[in-house]
Amino acid sequence: MKTQRVVITGLGVVASNAVGVSPFTDAIKSGKSGIQFHSNLKELKFSCQIGGIPEISQELMDTYFTALEQRGLLATGLIYGGIAGQEAWADAGLDITEEVDPDSGIIFGTGVLGVDKLREAFHRIDQKQVRRLGSTSVLQTMASGISAFLGGKLGCGNQVTTNSSACTTGTEALLMGYDRISSGKAKRMLVGSCSDSGPYVWGGFDALRILPHQYNDRPEEASKPMSESAAGFVPSSGAGAMLIESLESALEREAPIYAEVLGGCINSGGQREQGSMTAPNSSAVKSCISKALVEAGVNSEDIDLINAHLTATAMDATEVQNWSEALQKSGKNFPYINSLKSHVGHALAAAGSVELVSSILELSQGFIFPNLNCDTIHPNILKIVDKEKIPRTLLKKNLNIIAKASFGFGDVNACVILKKYSNGDNSA
Amino acid sequence: MTAEAIQDKLKVIVQPYVNHQENFDNLTSKSDFINDLQINSANLVDVVLDVEDEFDIRIENDDMEKMISVEATVNVIQKKLKSK
Repeated sequence: MKTQRVVITGLGVVASNAVGVSPFTDAIKSGKSGIQFHSNLKELKFSCQIGGIPEISQELMDTYFTALEQRGLLATGLIYGGIAGQEAWADAGLDITEEVDPDSGIIFGTGVLGVDKLREAFHRIDQKQVRRLGSTSVLQTMASGISAFLGGKLGCGNQVTTNSSACTTGTEALLMGYDRISSGKAKRMLVGSCSDSGPYVWGGFDALRILPHQYNDRPEEASKPMSESAAGFVPSSGAGAMLIESLESALEREAPIYAEVLGGCINSGGQREQGSMTAPNSSAVKSCISKALVEAGVNSEDIDLINAHLTATAMDATEVQNWSEALQKSGKNFPYINSLKSHVGHALAAAGSVELVSSILELSQGFIFPNLNCDTIHPNILKIVDKEKIPRTLLKKNLNIIAKASFGFGDVNACVILKKYSNGDNSA
Repeated sequence: MTAEAIQDKLKVIVQPYVNHQENFDNLTSKSDFINDLQINSANLVDVVLDVEDEFDIRIENDDMEKMISVEATVNVIQKKLKSK
């Protein structure tokens, strides 16, 4: 069977610095931080009392959720994913009808869904009030609650599922959807991921002492990927969504195309060599990047920009070193590199999809968003990459190919290659 | 409390769960929650919880199973109110 080319025709995003594709575009261009101090984290005696929480207006809730759906709705990830998913669907020019669409499916990932709803349920159960949980406890707390919700809203009749691979989730979802379309099993897939906000998601990371505790009084400065003073990742939340479809389907619908997905690679380091539950095996990371290039049919010279995972920890230099060795590029020959985590923090399971949306916007509009909080680049990174390749201000730049990677707990990796779409061009 | 008064309160309770506006506007004691008002069966447990809160009563499983129409629900509520 002929392999289908896969393009992106719809975007949706709920990020800590902006909600909706248009405000998000402005926010990442201007370098708007989404990180704020949260007094409840202080009251709960968190070391890190800052984080990224999207602002959702009642008007937005009423646009995407019925009054009944809003009753007792505590699963913030479901709210973020529900908004982003429906935005991407509408952005692609797709309608919601009474008919089921057998050619459209959903792969929408998450880490843990509805922790605030779970907390409410645990309290009720412990108070011997299980009978008073209500009807939505299951929908809000099953991992696949997000894909189930969107599947019903949009009437999708192809595969509807949820993937989960920690901070790799969103990028993995895109590649899983890509596989399904390129192999002809679906025409359109809504892919993305979401992550709940708040202390019950972030507590475990605070306990691991991997979040910054020095910036509670100046939250916007805390997320500093590639900086010499990077002190840990800033916890965040949100959702990103992409409507991807076969080129054939997009052309048939005359849908505007943001970019093309050329391919990618998903692998794991097996928690061997320097890999562990929390640290990546560098050999596997390099192999993931190299195989993504082969899969996409591009050379390392073709990569204009890397949208990196870079979380603002001591591992940043290792990640840059891995990119350098995988691409065989360094100094002035290294591609441009940026990390959206300097704007929005680390949105955990939502990180990959929110960051992919930023990459797709960069490709389609020709810009590179600035790396924030990186006045002093880490000396170990400067040994690998020329500082001109780490833009600290907005760059207008015509881009052709972006490599996006995400790495997650469990030593799992995903790398995808995106290309600016050009009409009639059949080669990379 | 009269059956009419209970039914008026019940109408307010079920409103958010109703999926057939016309049958809701013409609600009678004979209205069936699922067939006439097209309430999602999963939401029937929410109706019961809202009834418990509104009337300050507790409804056990055997009574709950009866509460599939306006009339049957009004009867269960009246019985519970009398035994309070």
